[in-house]
Amino acid sequence: MDIHYTPAELEFRTEVRAFLRDALPADIANSVRLGKRLSKDDHQRWQRILARRGWYAANWPVTFGGTGWSVVQKHIFEQECAAFGAPRLISFGVNMVAPVIMKFGNPAQQAHYLPRILSGEDWWCQGYSEPGAGSDLASLKTRAVREGDHYVVNGQKTWTTLGQHANMIFCLVRTDSEARQQRGISFLLIDMTTPGISVRPIITLEGEHEVNEVFFDNVRVPVENLVGEENQGWTCAKYLLTHERTGQAGIGQSKAALAHLKAVARQELRNGRPLLQDPQFRLQVAQVEIELLAIEMSTLRILAAAQAGGVPGAESSILKIKGSEIRQAISHLLRKALGAKALPFVEAQLTDDFTGTALHSDYSAAPASQYFNLRKLSIYGGSNEIQKNIIAKMILEL
Amino acid sequence: MDFTLSSEQQMLQDTVARLARDHYSFEAREGYYHSEAGMSPVFWNQMAELGLCSVPIAQEHGGFGGSGVDNLLIMTELGRHLCLEPFLQSQIHAAGLLQQLGDASQKADLLPRVAEGSLQLAVALEELQSHYQLHDVQTQARPVEGGWCLSGRKICVVGAASAGLILVSARTSGDTRCEQGISLFLVEAQAHGLQRRDYPCIDGPRASDLILDDVFVSRGALLGDIGEALPALRYQQGRAIAGQCAEAVGGMQEAFRLTLDYLKTRKQFGTPIGKFQVLQHRMADMCGELEMATSMAILAACVADQADGDERSRQLAAAKFVVVRAARLIAEQAIQLHGGIGMTWEYSLAHHAKRLVMLGHQLGDDDHHLQAYAELLHSA
Repeated sequence: MDIHYTPAELEFRTEVRAFLRDALPADIANSVRLGKRLSKDDHQRWQRILARRGWYAANWPVTFGGTGWSVVQKHIFEQECAAFGAPRLISFGVNMVAPVIMKFGNPAQQAHYLPRILSGEDWWCQGYSEPGAGSDLASLKTRAVREGDHYVVNGQKTWTTLGQHANMIFCLVRTDSEARQQRGISFLLIDMTTPGISVRPIITLEGEHEVNEVFFDNVRVPVENLVGEENQGWTCAKYLLTHERTGQAGIGQSKAALAHLKAVARQELRNGRPLLQDPQFRLQVAQVEIELLAIEMSTLRILAAAQAGGVPGAESSILKIKGSEIRQAISHLLRKALGAKALPFVEAQLTDDFTGTALHSDYSAAPASQYFNLRKLSIYGGSNEIQKNIIAKMILEL
Repeated sequence: MDFTLSSEQQMLQDTVARLARDHYSFEAREGYYHSEAGMSPVFWNQMAELGLCSVPIAQEHGGFGGSGVDNLLIMTELGRHLCLEPFLQSQIHAAGLLQQLGDASQKADLLPRVAEGSLQLAVALEELQSHYQLHDVQTQARPVEGGWCLSGRKICVVGAASAGLILVSARTSGDTRCEQGISLFLVEAQAHGLQRRDYPCIDGPRASDLILDDVFVSRGALLGDIGEALPALRYQQGRAIAGQCAEAVGGMQEAFRLTLDYLKTRKQFGTPIGKFQVLQHRMADMCGELEMATSMAILAACVADQADGDERSRQLAAAKFVVVRAARLIAEQAIQLHGGIGMTWEYSLAHHAKRLVMLGHQLGDDDHHLQAYAELLHSA
């Protein structure tokens, strides 16, 4: 039993830290730390920097241009990136559709799409949820009807994250309306510039344009854009969801957010002394820090098991629940730490090109906004209630 | 990073598990509980014969020189079977204090007997007013010719009735809550002037209040330097907490297992109640908490024997906090999911629930350890 990294892993961490200290643009790190909205350019700049170092596709095997890192190395890399304030990678391309293409795609698809993901040429978004298919994803209705060399797609997708930047979308579509729910679904890659596609913004409660509705009106998609076999898309979907979930605990982001919370609570005053010395506030900070430590230890146990050849299963559902709850709890405390200064909603200050004088302080503009934005964590990627269903079924066998 | 057990540890785990399974059925425990001793001297002797009593004791004193992880393995099985013997108090906590503070002759004299299981020890630290604060000591030690005279009252000393020697903290200088001036003494169970009031605790084990009325102890009864015991009391409490966390994990695993079995077999409305989503989600919550508690018990075991410092103190406080919270949730929900049957004395689950809830009442509850952690936030 040993809870420490090996010397080789520690050396790797030093290497990662050196790279981040050098290569991560300060303005991006600052925006991430303060919870500001990132632009398309911010994301792309960071992706290009990572790609130049060969570290963009951290989860890919070497044969496809990835790092070939061990699970522990990947974990260390993610932790360090978060600690330095690197933006979370937009995972739809590199960490979601790419593994599906590697596993189920044909050589032509692999040769075409994977290099374009690596180079940043394609920006992918996800076409899963529909107005009538949220947690019950398999009830989706968007139809794809085969006409010669094309599928003709009609329907609507929603909650499409950053779809406004995307030129590609991977979609679950119904190709057999007679078959039982999961059976008649296919996994389709669609060029967003195809005629008949329209994207409409959904503005979320904190005023941000992060998600969209995507409409398909007689959109003609070449049949070679089908991944895997027709009507076998659910297998791809499930495979992808497990990839989505393992990274979802967001321990690194929570640790960075907690460090920021403590820094703010050292600045903010109550009764003339730093809020971090206020007996009640201090206890709440202590509690989230303790709970985060417990999640981190649990993550390490699962990683060690995966390193030894085990497959992380429904345990990642526990981490998804715990990780999202703790991240939300920290954002709640950060909002509270600001007192009345959390109230002003000055959107100009939320963008990273804001150059004026901050209203109260540079760190007080975003937290309330970010708190509301982060309510999404317990909803997306399989809501926390769905995760509990998975635990009940897969671990408890109820 | 490696969370697997060595083959030696695997063997140790198997040994304790087999012994407890064979000799500590719930029915047997009921017998031990109602017996004169309130536990099983026979089981204690079996533990001794198998060398288990010697695991936490250093090799130079006839022990096995086990690690925190070895203690974890033993305590988890003892917790799973609701064992009543004061292994934690005697072999881990008291023996740890003796090892840390005792001089060469004290250790050579006592530890081999502790290791072979023929001498049990107890730790008397808590007082009426102290509320888990080790430095809140009113018991006085007055210097007299040839030694000291101890006066005061210690409460809830688990295993005092079966102990040959009791380690008693007493003030040799300073005010009630002063961090200096606390000394630790070895007091013979039969010492003149020592009055013991024995009682069972609600979660099973026997404990005692000690009333010390001018109890004379010789110079050789002082452990460590005079007035300087507090750091060792804190350090060894940390080791005991790691053991407690492991014990609680064993109890939680068993309560969880019993509840899960029940959900799969108990039928209402014509279906196993485990088919109801509201109960499934409750069980998923318990599963998550148990996972967190297990992780923290492992962390505690791995840092328990590290050098003293803020980092270790923080991690142990964090472990106890997480485990106490998880234990209460699992205890309460296990009873709730069982319904009336979970409330009955004749079902082992109820006794696990009591043990899990009362865990916080020994060596500090969740509030105590959260505050301790919060006070160390500055150094994080």
